[in-house]
Amino acid sequence: MSKTQDYIVERLGIGEVLAHARNKTVPKHEYSFWYYWGGISLFCFLVQLVSGILLLLYYRPGPEAYDSVRQITYETHFGWLIRSVHNWSASLFLASVFIHMFSVFFMKAYRSPREFGWFTGLGLLGIGMLFGFSGYLLPMDTLAYFATKVGLDIPSSIPIVGPPIANLIRGGLEVGEFTVQRFFTLHAVILPLLFLPLLGLHLWLVQKHGNAVPPGEETKPVAERKSIPFFPNFVAKDLAMWLITLNVIALLAALFPWQLGEMSDPLGSAPVGIHPEWYFMSQFQTLKVFGKLFPGYAGEALGMTLFTVGIALWALIPFYDIRGAASSRAKKATYFGIAVITFTIVMTVWGYLSV
Amino acid sequence: MSKKETAAAAGTTADEFEDEEAREFSRRGFLKIAVGGAGVAYAGAIGYPIYRYLSTPVEKSAELAAVKEVVLPNADKLLKGSALMFKFGVRPSLLIHHADDSWIALSAVCTHMGCTVAFNPATAQIECHCHGGKYDAKTGENISGPPPKPLKKFDITVGQGSVTVRRA
Repeated sequence: MSKTQDYIVERLGIGEVLAHARNKTVPKHEYSFWYYWGGISLFCFLVQLVSGILLLLYYRPGPEAYDSVRQITYETHFGWLIRSVHNWSASLFLASVFIHMFSVFFMKAYRSPREFGWFTGLGLLGIGMLFGFSGYLLPMDTLAYFATKVGLDIPSSIPIVGPPIANLIRGGLEVGEFTVQRFFTLHAVILPLLFLPLLGLHLWLVQKHGNAVPPGEETKPVAERKSIPFFPNFVAKDLAMWLITLNVIALLAALFPWQLGEMSDPLGSAPVGIHPEWYFMSQFQTLKVFGKLFPGYAGEALGMTLFTVGIALWALIPFYDIRGAASSRAKKATYFGIAVITFTIVMTVWGYLSV
Repeated sequence: MSKKETAAAAGTTADEFEDEEAREFSRRGFLKIAVGGAGVAYAGAIGYPIYRYLSTPVEKSAELAAVKEVVLPNADKLLKGSALMFKFGVRPSLLIHHADDSWIALSAVCTHMGCTVAFNPATAQIECHCHGGKYDAKTGENISGPPPKPLKKFDITVGQGSVTVRRA
């Protein structure tokens, strides 16, 4: 090692970090593949950060929002690519977070001492979906306009406090330039400020507790369990996954660039076959089905209650499926997970078939 | 290359492949170049679009700056002893109608540190308020203070109903 390297390594304490990384191992078993999805989510988030900062250089919230996105998409060199990368990477981020969440669920990695990894992860997913919802309005084309109009109808349906809350979020009684300004502030300032520290905590907890192993692996004696060094072996594989993800994003963005619809018209009616992004599709379809089964307010209220209860049960699973509790609880938790994933997939597919 | 040298070069290559350690080294060398090359290709594929994306307004501004001629409508009615600020492309510029009925068009960008200069009708001088530079308003010559060079002069034609300013 050169003198300059020594100089820097000593002063920054890189030695300690490397020593920690060298001692760290990652379990190796038949489900090890699922360990990559947290890293893939992180990579997508980094892509969002970089492409989002680039979009900030030209995007203008407020009355000029549509025109500035038109300029980015059709006039600025490679603006279409940056915007398209931002949109595709948003979808891939949520997709990989969902995969990460379900793999954590079925490996029962939320069990002690990793409960807070589960809670912070759910928090990150929630903020991620708010990122998606708020970012969707920013181009102010017809689709963006109606997605927000419908989306804000959900908080308005909460009795008494709902409408004033929705009006505050909207900045008025109708979606307009103030809504864009507010959503922009949410998307580019408030949500990142909430997301980044929570992400820091989530990553720290992974360092602190290490990777969980699935229950089948846990029953094996320690001597029989296999592992690989975190550095450089796992990091190299992780980076390979990042490279694949980068290529997938680049291909999707280049082959299927996002277009900009007509400018939103407050007097125009909703286009035929309008539907939300895939990650809101199952909720959208559920509300639609409930609305048909129970006409009037009852349907929406019932749908919202179902979601609230479902999400609460999902979040509290670490307190039910405790390590060492009766094995029937572990089984019930797994069935619950299968039910949730089946419901989500069926509703999403049904939603796409009925638009 | 002489025959002897060719033989020698061929010899080294053969030796390299016989020697296991050297072969390992050449494989490692190949991998280094391949990975490095791929890294450079990725950096280029990501960096080039970002560079062009960032430079879009610079290019537009450069296009605007490349104008050869600017027509100033009604500038011929400028009163004697007064001046008019206008943009030549993207740069602020100065059209002066002197008391003796002579005309001059100059760049208004101070040659010292790029501040925008002003015509002072009282002294008939051009002054820069940033660092106190002074120019002769008849010629654009730097006469006192820090400016190292005279202001850039344009060719002008005073016509009926307009003044045309051209790059000199």
